[in-house]
Amino acid sequence: MTTGAATRRRLVWQQLVPIAFGVACLIAVIALLEVLIRAGVINRFIVPTPLDIAGSFGRLIREEHVGERFLLTCYEALGASLLLTVFGIAFGVLLHRLRLVRLATETWIAAMASAPLVLMYPLFLVIFGRSALTIIMMGFVSALPPVILKTLEGLSSTRPVLINVGRSFKLTPSQLYWKILFPSALPTIFVGVRLGMIFALINIVGVEFLINFGGLGQLVNELSERYDLPGTYAAICFVILVSVVFFVVTERIEKWLRPGA
Amino acid sequence: MAETGRLKAPASAGGWSALPLKRRVLLLRVAIIVTLVVVWEAVAASGLLFRDVVPSLVSVGKAMVSILTVADHKVQLFGAEHVIPDFYRHLWVTIGEVMTGLAIGGFAGLTVGLLLGANPFLSAAFERFLYYLGPAPKIIFFPLMIMWFGVGPGSKVAMGTISCFFPVVLSAASGVRQIDKVLIRVGRSFRVNTWQMVTKIYLPAMRQPIINGVRLGLGVAVIGTLLAETKLSNQGIGFLIINSYTTFDMPRMYALLMLLFVVSIAANALVGRASRA
Repeated sequence: MTTGAATRRRLVWQQLVPIAFGVACLIAVIALLEVLIRAGVINRFIVPTPLDIAGSFGRLIREEHVGERFLLTCYEALGASLLLTVFGIAFGVLLHRLRLVRLATETWIAAMASAPLVLMYPLFLVIFGRSALTIIMMGFVSALPPVILKTLEGLSSTRPVLINVGRSFKLTPSQLYWKILFPSALPTIFVGVRLGMIFALINIVGVEFLINFGGLGQLVNELSERYDLPGTYAAICFVILVSVVFFVVTERIEKWLRPGA
Repeated sequence: MAETGRLKAPASAGGWSALPLKRRVLLLRVAIIVTLVVVWEAVAASGLLFRDVVPSLVSVGKAMVSILTVADHKVQLFGAEHVIPDFYRHLWVTIGEVMTGLAIGGFAGLTVGLLLGANPFLSAAFERFLYYLGPAPKIIFFPLMIMWFGVGPGSKVAMGTISCFFPVVLSAASGVRQIDKVLIRVGRSFRVNTWQMVTKIYLPAMRQPIINGVRLGLGVAVIGTLLAETKLSNQGIGFLIINSYTTFDMPRMYALLMLLFVVSIAANALVGRASRA
């Protein structure tokens, strides 16, 4: 018992030491930056001091309505994610059912996945105007290929033995889909949806920044155009924080769906 | 079984299903392309959308030919003056920025990835920061890049660099961990130094993960650089696209987007082929 507890303590200690070292290095770098900027080695008109950046968080929340902007970005991301999930999975299922269509179009979809679709945003601006719809559609279109491809992969990699069991129970094609194929493919489909959601969020914030409209991306653009340096840095930190939280939450859901992965 | 299939085929259908699969796939692809072209032209001619939002493919084709062939820019090549289409100058600028960004970001990513992959302590200390920063939208760093590197190509190269750094570093770190331990033990038993370990063991054994990282890095470097060009630039393909938008030259914008997609898909396919060679 004592040996086991000691081993456990040693393992926890071994895991904690590197994490603490990493965090300590980060704090040391921030402190060094503060000293170098105050000493005039780094120009404070290009890089504000970390203390100034930390101090402007409160101002951003009070004066720049970060909460509302965050909700707007969330609403756009949610809209794009819903479209992605519905159309991406539907296309994937369709391609799985129609083998000939799949053979004819799968390479095209894979090629689309490697094309910089986000560069189409000026075209979307012309079609949908400078509105949230442009941002949602841009997020949706640029993140669609991975969802389709992963849905297709998940359905195609269903173990034949499961399908044979379904057939031996004389399941109808619809039952076979809903009882066997879809549940078996769900973890892989979620990987695609998660990838798609991350791409969508990246593109949504990017397009908000580029067209100066919407939530958090617009905030970064506005503050930089006002030359509010501590505010710009703080807004960037906030966007990074949001994407990290989003990434961690979707990662947790994926692990819950794929416990063995 | 094969014989039965062959006997059944003529009874089921004479035409479509009797055709070989490759032929049917080809015919379907042609049918899809023809349908898309017909639908596009019908929408362009119908006037349902604002004029020129969906221009006729003929005008897009003309714009593309004009972009690729109308010589309007003087350049000095091998001591002689030549007149070439301005598109190639912009393409050259974008390629230069992307490749420089890829080289700097790729080299930095590979070096840091090797360090993290080879040292479990450093990996446990720092890799999580990179892992979580990776999916953040890099374009928001552009205002900082402008302040640090100016409004010229430097800020676009920096965008390409930070965009491609993350996929390369994560791919390289994971590649080092996947190396067969026997190879590392063989290297140590020969008492090779660190440089020899890197060049003779690590890099050759990590070829596939490195190429995968570079492939991913190339894709995001292209996006980062081009988005930066659309935001603030006076040269490059991104600038041409946003310039077509501001002058509402829609056929030219469609033509530029198509050319851009062809170039980036071809570049990605080229790196993919290199990984299989």
